[in-house]
Amino acid sequence: MKLLIQSTAILALTAGAALAGSHAEVVRMGTEGAYAPWNFLDDNGEVAGFERELGDELCARAELTCEWVTNEWDSIIPNLVSGNYDTIIAGMSITDERDEVIDFTQAYTPPDPSAYLATSMDADITGGVVAAQTGTIQAGYLAEQGVTVLEFATPEDTIAAVRNGEADAVLADQSFLAPFAAENADLVMLEELVSLGGGVGMGVRESDGELKAKMDAAIQSMKDDGTLNELITKWEVSSTW
Amino acid sequence: MFSFCTDPSTLETAQWFACYLTTGKHQLFYWSFLTVLALLAITAPTALAFGFGGAIAARSNIPPVAWFGKGYIAIVRGVPDIAFFLFFVIALDQGFEWLRHQMLCPDWSEPIRQGNDFLVCPSAKLPLSNAPQWIHEVYGFFLAVLTFAIVFGAFAANVLFGAMRAIPRGQLEAAESYGMTPRQTFWRIIVPQMWVYALPGLSNLWMVLIKATPLLFLLGVEDIVYWARELGGTALERFSDYPHPDWRLWYFLALLIFYLAFTRVSEAVLRRINARLTRGQATIGGT
Repeated sequence: MKLLIQSTAILALTAGAALAGSHAEVVRMGTEGAYAPWNFLDDNGEVAGFERELGDELCARAELTCEWVTNEWDSIIPNLVSGNYDTIIAGMSITDERDEVIDFTQAYTPPDPSAYLATSMDADITGGVVAAQTGTIQAGYLAEQGVTVLEFATPEDTIAAVRNGEADAVLADQSFLAPFAAENADLVMLEELVSLGGGVGMGVRESDGELKAKMDAAIQSMKDDGTLNELITKWEVSSTW
Repeated sequence: MFSFCTDPSTLETAQWFACYLTTGKHQLFYWSFLTVLALLAITAPTALAFGFGGAIAARSNIPPVAWFGKGYIAIVRGVPDIAFFLFFVIALDQGFEWLRHQMLCPDWSEPIRQGNDFLVCPSAKLPLSNAPQWIHEVYGFFLAVLTFAIVFGAFAANVLFGAMRAIPRGQLEAAESYGMTPRQTFWRIIVPQMWVYALPGLSNLWMVLIKATPLLFLLGVEDIVYWARELGGTALERFSDYPHPDWRLWYFLALLIFYLAFTRVSEAVLRRINARLTRGQATIGGT
């Protein structure tokens, strides 16, 4: 028993020592991988989408080597602050509550209204049940409005809840819902829009000012030469700058 | 995978499925079955070793050792698994990093805790942040094995503790009268005979352990449930060559069959082990 604990501890302490030789700076990019078109896993199981292309370009401009990691949305902030990865690039809107715990770079997409998706145009979004993903600005907004909210851990579950009648509608980013409405005859977008959040930015640890500065500069350079707008249009994630 | 997979939208059903079921994402799904089996294969003996150690500690004559053993059993059995898996793993990881920090970076002056952030020097990070992704995955897997082993070890310790006390008193008296030392009695009389009493409890633990493997995802290991959810989720035409509606039901059915088949095989194996262990024992089963 003792030997086992000791040997595992020693193993853990020495693991990686052999790899300490190379010191190329690697930035680990944390994302959810379940929120198309922002970030999702493609048919090969690789992270893809708007934020994949954006992140790779930002890393190239900031001359950093980047590695992609997926993490559940629920625990995406705790794992950032405990150092399991270095950035959150997961369609995360900049809000005051989040800003107290982590820092954000400047926004890379402008604030965009959220929308409702339902099975019919006359869905009751004030008196009925509205689904949202846990820990999103939409869930927070619905709770403030006093609407009955059904929260789900993944975006997929919120759509399924509308389909099977558990919820009357789902509130989420317009860009996430639009493809579902376009490809499914039984789902429609409501006309009502809600303005939420301060745009989407990259989350970094509060103590990581250096990385934040590098990413800020890279985002600014993409804004200046128009490549950011091209990416936004390509993936239809929001309005352009 | 196959040469005809270049444009899936034109394929017949059978070919479409042949392509669909062999995408890179599906291969990751198939690999995750091996991850789960490997986890079980490594965790079960480790947990048994933890349990054996815990049981020996709990019945020790030295009070601090006995307190440690009993404390381990009582605390771990009392904490809900999910709390253990969420809290303990981060604490364990930070504990390792803190130890490495003390050893590797004695000159580091900045505090480790800055507000919400946990910051050790770069060379104390575990794994190093510039290590390739597979090292991170192996490390996550190692943490998972250790956590499962600690949790299930506590339950196994209690089972073995009870099994050791279930050996008939007469056996121990006979050993003493032969002049065996307590150590000899333990290894020659108690250990060989206790398994028959421990087996029902241990087989329960094994079954629970099989079914607890989806907790892996809480530990950041991408297990079969994660991939089933990910693959079964609606695939839209814009984002996938293989668009399909919500197929999670089918994927979860496949998992159900996997788990049922696995527990069924386990039951058969356990029955044989039980028959082997009871042979010649002075119990009803062993006549």
